[in-house]
Amino acid sequence: MTIKEIQENIVDEFSMFDDWMQRYEYMIELGKSLPLIDEQYKTDDNLIKGCQSKVWVHAGLDNDKVVFTADSDAIITKGIIAILIRAFSGQAPKDIIEADTGFIDEIGLKEHLSPTRANGLVSMIKQIKMYAIAYQTQLN
Amino acid sequence: MIDIKSLREDFPILQRKVNGQPLIYLDNAATSQTPKQVVDTIVDYYYNYNANIHRGVHTLSQEATDKYEQARRTIQEHFNAAHPYEIIFTSGTTHGINMIASGFESLLQPGDELIVSAMEHHSNIVPWQMLCERTGAILKVIPMSEEGELSMEAYDTLLNEKTRLVFCNHISNALGTINPIKTIIDKAHAVGAAVLIDGAQACPHIKADVQALDVDFYVVSAHKMCGPTGVGVLYGKEEWLEKLPPYQGGGEMIAEVSFEKTTYAGLPHKFEAGTPDICGGIAFGAAVDYINRIGMENIAAYEHELLEYATDKLLEIDGLRIYGTAGKKTSVISFNIEGIHPYDIGAILDKLGVAVRTGHHCAQPVMEFYKIPGTVRASFAFYNTKEEIDTFVAALIRAKNMLL
Ligand SMILES: Cc1ncc(COP(=O)(O)O)c(C=O)c1O
Repeated sequence: MTIKEIQENIVDEFSMFDDWMQRYEYMIELGKSLPLIDEQYKTDDNLIKGCQSKVWVHAGLDNDKVVFTADSDAIITKGIIAILIRAFSGQAPKDIIEADTGFIDEIGLKEHLSPTRANGLVSMIKQIKMYAIAYQTQLN
Repeated sequence: MIDIKSLREDFPILQRKVNGQPLIYLDNAATSQTPKQVVDTIVDYYYNYNANIHRGVHTLSQEATDKYEQARRTIQEHFNAAHPYEIIFTSGTTHGINMIASGFESLLQPGDELIVSAMEHHSNIVPWQMLCERTGAILKVIPMSEEGELSMEAYDTLLNEKTRLVFCNHISNALGTINPIKTIIDKAHAVGAAVLIDGAQACPHIKADVQALDVDFYVVSAHKMCGPTGVGVLYGKEEWLEKLPPYQGGGEMIAEVSFEKTTYAGLPHKFEAGTPDICGGIAFGAAVDYINRIGMENIAAYEHELLEYATDKLLEIDGLRIYGTAGKKTSVISFNIEGIHPYDIGAILDKLGVAVRTGHHCAQPVMEFYKIPGTVRASFAFYNTKEEIDTFVAALIRAKNMLL
């Protein structure tokens, strides 16, 4: 599936929820259930320090696709990370570079992507794009 | 006794909704809300007498100057300073601290010692570290206990004839501890050191009497005590303000300027270069009048009641730990619930209309002390109610159930 298709799927899934409580509960579930990163990658090098929560991101190349793993110490942040990884991991660098994150607004989680929240997510998206750019350069 | 119901009517913002829920504002330690009386003062200024001060002969300038200087006297009386010119208008606590840190640069030698407390806001750490880098002075730290109380015994061992300056907050923003500043000041003076007290958190709760304290510098922000943001004052003892060089050069702060030599204006103008926040200063005066009409003692007594009520309720929640359990504290409760990140609690409380602060509260050394990423902080003002605390606690239990 393309990034766009995955994002549409996510928006569809979220449209089943009636209110914020259900959306949050779903994200918390996502945050709890997924082992998102190998412990060996939870290093300071991979750490994005938000003022509120911490985020770790690791990237690797597999058959010309970028594979991301990530984690956070805050569970709601981690839930959003799970959604972002679902959309971006396993995609070609070029597609990642061109993709946008507007779907996060559509699923009602916009406030978590505000730089003023300082939860590390904005920097994480930047970091995901930077990795994609680096791999794209490497592939060329 | 204060009539909370009628006081709340002074704060239109308390009527608004957030995420469809009635706002419960428990982030007063970050910024207090502004009553109509202060907002009216701001409107009146811009509608009726907006003009530059100290320079015009025209009526508007005279009126603006009179009101600005009246505000200075109101603030002087409030803090019981000996003279109005010992009150310097600033942009806030941070500005006041930086003014003094900068002023001491020429007075320090390499190896001189400065003492800071372990529970300071970054505002009262970083300017001094920068000063130490510039001068070769050494920064020493008064440690604190698990309860969040400074060790006066350790303080004794840090003080010596090399100590030049001690700085400490009156009340900790992260823990709510009321520090024994009179003791801190007296002990510093005994070795000939000056003392700066950061009153940012104390000013909404306690009326500091700078003469009785014999403090050398006391700094506050208006926005912590029902005034506007971006304005504050530095109180400095006359002898110190005379001794320190000006902080910034510009208009207002000069006596005479020529290209050969400039002479500085007297106090307070020496430290007030440029056009100040005239409206903000006047509104700060209105805020001081406002809280004095309610009475600082009444405010403190009521807030203490809220603190005890909320503390009891919160401690009923399984796994909840309060950071800062000093014998003397103000209406600030910093806490965590075991197994839950403070950010998650804050995000859900916001959805439920409850505004709290989460994070390190600009006091990373305190978080480091407890080995935690941050806390949730609820801080109460005199316009909060027990009903609001009940709703907050219910919201917190809901957040906990969602997150655990
Ligand atoms: C103890 C303490 N010091 C200093 C400050 C800084 O105040 P301002 O940002 O108004 O300069 C604050 C405000 O959060 C504070 O709580």
